[in-house]
Amino acid sequence: MARTHSAARRPNQRHRLRKRVELTVLLGPPLVLFIGFVLVPMVFAAWYSLYNWSGFGPLTDFIGLQNYGGVLTGPDFHEALEHNLIIASLSVLIQLPISIGMALLLNRRMRGQTTLRLAVFAPYVLSEATTAVMWLLLLEPGGPVDALLKSVGLGGLVHYWLASTSLVLCTLFIVITWKYIGFGIVLLLAGLQGIPAELREAAAIDGATPWQVTRRVTLPLLGPTVRIWIFLSVVGSLQLFDIVWIMTGGGPADASATMLTYLYFNGVQRTEFGYGATVSVVLFAISFVFALIYQRFALRRDTAGALTRAVG
Amino acid sequence: MRGSRKPAITVMAMAAAVTIAACSSSSGGSPAANSTTSASSPASTAKVTLTWWNNGNTQPLLGVWQSIANAFHSAHPNVTISIDPIQSDLFTTKMPIALKSNNPPDIFQQWGGGQEATQFTSGKLADLTSLASSWISELGPAAAGWQVSGQQDGIPYDQHVVGFWYRKDLFAKAGIPATPTTITQLESDDAKLKAAGITPIALGGASQWPDAFYWEYFAVRECSESVLQSSIKAVNMSAPCFSQATKDLTSFMATSPFEGGFNAVQAQTGAGSSAGMLANGKAAMELQGDWETSVVPALTTSKNLLSELGWFPFPTVAGDLGNPTAVLSGGDGFSCTTGAAEPACAEFLQYIDSTPVQEELVQKANVGLPANNAAEAVLSNPALQAAAHAHDTAAYDAEYFDIAFPTDPGLALDSALANFFAGKGSNSTIIDSVSSSSGH
Repeated sequence: MARTHSAARRPNQRHRLRKRVELTVLLGPPLVLFIGFVLVPMVFAAWYSLYNWSGFGPLTDFIGLQNYGGVLTGPDFHEALEHNLIIASLSVLIQLPISIGMALLLNRRMRGQTTLRLAVFAPYVLSEATTAVMWLLLLEPGGPVDALLKSVGLGGLVHYWLASTSLVLCTLFIVITWKYIGFGIVLLLAGLQGIPAELREAAAIDGATPWQVTRRVTLPLLGPTVRIWIFLSVVGSLQLFDIVWIMTGGGPADASATMLTYLYFNGVQRTEFGYGATVSVVLFAISFVFALIYQRFALRRDTAGALTRAVG
Repeated sequence: MRGSRKPAITVMAMAAAVTIAACSSSSGGSPAANSTTSASSPASTAKVTLTWWNNGNTQPLLGVWQSIANAFHSAHPNVTISIDPIQSDLFTTKMPIALKSNNPPDIFQQWGGGQEATQFTSGKLADLTSLASSWISELGPAAAGWQVSGQQDGIPYDQHVVGFWYRKDLFAKAGIPATPTTITQLESDDAKLKAAGITPIALGGASQWPDAFYWEYFAVRECSESVLQSSIKAVNMSAPCFSQATKDLTSFMATSPFEGGFNAVQAQTGAGSSAGMLANGKAAMELQGDWETSVVPALTTSKNLLSELGWFPFPTVAGDLGNPTAVLSGGDGFSCTTGAAEPACAEFLQYIDSTPVQEELVQKANVGLPANNAAEAVLSNPALQAAAHAHDTAAYDAEYFDIAFPTDPGLALDSALANFFAGKGSNSTIIDSVSSSSGH
C-alpha cells in the first residue's frame, strides 16, 4: 500500500518540479527584462514628474502635481493631443477601408500577385528616418511632386505641402499612410488566409453572389484581424514621432505637433526633464486607458481563453 | 559651431537618444581610469589621457582636430588625447547626462553664455581663470562670453558674426549698385530683385534659429547696450525696445522678402535649403553667420561660388536707440571638467589658441573667424574679411540670444519667433516666452 502510494506521488512531485523549472527558465529572463526596462523606468518617470528638474544635480525641487497642471491645461499639449486623435481617426476611416480592399484584391489568384504584394509591403520595410527624408525631398517646393502634378496638368493643386499650417497634417497623414498601409494589408491578408475556402464555396453553391460572399462570410470572419489592426493603428497614432519630427519638427507653428514631439521639445531639448517625464506619464495613461477599454469591449471575444481564463 | 547644425542630425539624434546611456558610460570610462595621477603634479610630467568631445564629426574639422591632438601629443608625450566626435545638436541632450555622471569627458564643446551657466550649476566645470591668466588676454574681449560670473569656465577657439551674404551676380542683374545700409534701402533692393524675377532673401524657417536672427538683430538695433545686457542677464524682455523690434520685424515681413513656403525650408541641408538656394542662385541674400563659406560649397556644383558671394552687415533702422555697428555674434569653444586632468586640459586649450594652430583651423577647417585676432591675417576670402572687419570694429558683440539665455528660455524664444514667422502668436508671446518658460 505504502509502496503504491509513494510510487503514485513521486511522478506527481517530479511533474511539479519540472513545471516550476520550466516556468523559471521560460519566464525568468523576460520578467527580468520587463521589470528592468519597462516597470522600473516607468516608476522613475512617475517620480521625476513630481519635480522641477533640469537634468543636473539631485532632485530637490519637489513641486507635487504642478507639472501635471502645466501639461493638462496647456493649450499646446491640447493641440498636440488633438493632432494625435485626428491621425488616429483618419487611420481608421481611410487606411482601414483601403487596406481591406487591397487585401481582398491581393488575395485573389492573378498574374503578378507576388510582385504586387511585394510592392505594397516595400514601404513598410524602409526605416522611418529614410521615409521622412525621402518625402522631404519629394515635397520640396518645386520638387518632384510639384513637377509631377504640373506635368499632368494639375498645376493648380500645387501647394506648400509642409509650410502651410492648414495642410501640413494632411500631408503627413499621406506619408504615414504610404509607410504603414503595407503592414495593414499583410496583416489582413494573413487573416484572409485563415478563412477556410470551403465556407465561401459553400455560400457560392447556396447561390450567394460574390458581393454577398464577401459581405456576409469573409468580412465577419475577418473581424478579429480588423479589431487587432485598429488597436495597433490607434496606439501607433498616439505614439507618432519619428516621421513628424524629421519632416517638420512639429511645425510650422505647432501645426503638426504630436504628444511626443511636444515631449521631446519641452522635455529633452529644453532640458526640463521633470516636465518631460510628466508628458510621458500622461501619454502612458492615455494609451493604457485606451488599451484597457479596447481589450475589455472590442477584443473580449477574440482574446477569450487567452486572458479571461486562468491557464492550467 | 552652428555651421554644422546639419539636419541629418535629426536622424542621428534619434539613434543617439537610444544609445545615450551606453555612449556616456563607455566613453566616460577611460578618463577616470587613466587620469589617476595626483592633481598637484604639473601636466607635463603626469601621464594623463584627455577624453575630448567635440563637434568635428565631419571633414575637414574631423581630420584637423585629430592632427592638432597628435601634434600636441608629440610635444607633450605624457598627454594622450582621445577624441569623440559628436554632432552639434546632440550636446544638448548628452551633456546634462554626462555632467551628472561620475565620468564626464575632460574637454567638451562649449558655446558659452547661458548654456554654460546652466552647466555651471552641475559643479563639474573646471575654473580656468588662473590656469589661463597668462595668455587669455591674447583673445581680447571674445573670451568674456565664456565666463560665468567672472570665472573663466570655457575658452573660445573661434568667433562668429551674423550678417547678410549676397550674390554679386544677382545684385548686378537687378541693377543694385551698392549694398544697402538701412532697412529702407534693403526693402527697395528687395523690390528691385523681385521685379527682376529673383527671390530676394532665402530663410531656413524650419530650423527656427535663422528666424530668430532677424528679431534679435532688430532688438540689437533698437536697444541700447546696457538695456540689452541687463535684459539678457535678468531673462526679462519687458523693455520697450524689444516690442519695437517686433514692430520693425512685422513691417519688414509685410514686404514679403522671403521665398514662398520658408516655414518648411531647412537652413543647411541639401540644395533646397536656404543656404542651398543662395549657393544655386535661387535667392539673392541670406542672413547667416560667417560659417556660410564652409556650408555652401557642398550644396552646389558651381566652382567659383565663393567669389560670387559678398557680405554686408545688418542694416540700420531709422530712429533706433541701439548702436548701429553692434553685431550679433557668438563662437565655439571648449570647457574642461574638474579633476586631475585640469592643468593638461588648460595647456591644450592654450595650444589650440596659439597663432599657428589658429591659422591651421582657419585655413584647413574653415572655422570662420579665429578667436585669436593675430591669426586673422590668413583669411583670404574678401567676404570673410569684410565680416571680420565688421566684427573687429563693432561697438560691442551681442551673443545670439538663444545661447546667451539659459537653454530653456533660449529655445522657448526661438520657438516663439518661429511661430511668429508662421503667423501664430504676437509680440506678447515673444516677450513672454523667456519668462514663462522657466516655470512652465
